[in-house]
Amino acid sequence: MKRRTTIAAFLAALCMPILAVAAEPPADSIYQLQAQLTDQSGRVSGLDVFRGEPVLISMFYASCPNACPTLIAAMRRLENRLEPAQRDRLRVLMISIDPKHDTPEKLGELAERHHADLQRWRFTRPEAADVRGIAAVLDIQYRELGDGEFNHSSIVTLLDREGRIVATTQQVLRADEEFLGKLRALIGAL
Amino acid sequence: MMNRARWLAAAFGLAAAQLGAAAFADAIANDFRPIPAGRFESVIAPQPGVTAADVRAFDLAITPVTNAQFAAFVRAQPAWRRGRVAPLFADTRYLAHWPDAETPTPAQAQQPVTQVSWFAARAYCAAQGGRLPTWHEWEYAAAADATRRDARADPAWRQRLLDWYAQPADELLPAVGQSPANVYGVRDLHGLVWEWVDDAGSLMVSADNRDQGDDPDLLKFCGSGAVTMEQKDQYAVLMRVAMLSSLKASYTTATLGFRCARDADGESR
Repeated sequence: MKRRTTIAAFLAALCMPILAVAAEPPADSIYQLQAQLTDQSGRVSGLDVFRGEPVLISMFYASCPNACPTLIAAMRRLENRLEPAQRDRLRVLMISIDPKHDTPEKLGELAERHHADLQRWRFTRPEAADVRGIAAVLDIQYRELGDGEFNHSSIVTLLDREGRIVATTQQVLRADEEFLGKLRALIGAL
Repeated sequence: MMNRARWLAAAFGLAAAQLGAAAFADAIANDFRPIPAGRFESVIAPQPGVTAADVRAFDLAITPVTNAQFAAFVRAQPAWRRGRVAPLFADTRYLAHWPDAETPTPAQAQQPVTQVSWFAARAYCAAQGGRLPTWHEWEYAAAADATRRDARADPAWRQRLLDWYAQPADELLPAVGQSPANVYGVRDLHGLVWEWVDDAGSLMVSADNRDQGDDPDLLKFCGSGAVTMEQKDQYAVLMRVAMLSSLKASYTTATLGFRCARDADGESR
């Protein structure tokens, strides 16, 4: 009995520092960035909400007339090219550059309009002060033009389970085969 | 005897002048000046077809942040130490000019800090209860000379700016605050270092807003087209835009520093 306790204590001591290290994302992970997101259901999380799974991440704004629907469609097209079992592992995180207007209600409407699988997709808005930092780690440029319009670069980024950037694509009008290959390889290696 | 006295006086005078410069830099480096609201013609069109930018009243630091100030910040927030900072937030040249991770040389103390990333500059200003200025705020304040809010149409003013850009980058940067104050009481906006702005990631430069790239599959910008550059004769300011827009937020260079701003009510936006 005593020996078992000792072993348990030893194992606990062994595990604790490992767990502590695992809690800190790798130095080159975008999960190093502190940011607060609120999703279409009002749930609050950090940028690392999908940590542990591969993630497609991009930025958009809900009232965008043309290109953003194209961007979302492109991401759906990418995941539709995966086998269902692979698709189940993939998470999709959409982050608004217009938190002032993109309320959870608006994000929810957008999700519905695009028939997004909300088990795996989240449409989120960051705190206003966090938008620039998130855009910077994703290398996305954006500018508010007034009248609720924005310019922003359309970049889809693939993150590994720890939030490290594996691949990016700006090809949104048809599937980027090279990017798709990296996506399949990443999920296949899980 | 006389010579010696004169020499001593000269030596003391010089030392006093140097001390004076350092003390002066110290005294103003933490200070802000109010910049009144206004409308001006920006080189970056705020909207397609609109060239006048509106700037709300804000406070701008008199000088860029010094090495000594930044060292105090790094000591208070070790996550921003050279060697400790995540590579996501700063490249390998970050603060590489300091002899150790927390201390610049005495000669560097009052010089503007350089080799800092956008993330680090932002964190510094946030720690002081401020923020980085936006591009429009910076450009608006930097349009002034000693007597005019907008000196940009003056060929002599333009030439002075271009002369600075034509100078070879100096090994040893001068202390902050040595240049004459502009009409707002702000110094060193030109002639010392380049400066980060909060929206450096917005300075998407395209000569024509119809230019979306050659590849129709590569929809570069989502929204109403790329920003256009106006006033193409403002070379010195456009050089700054070109330089800033070429940098990623983790990049650091030996000639790029920053200063902080605050909203006029004293809160960061």
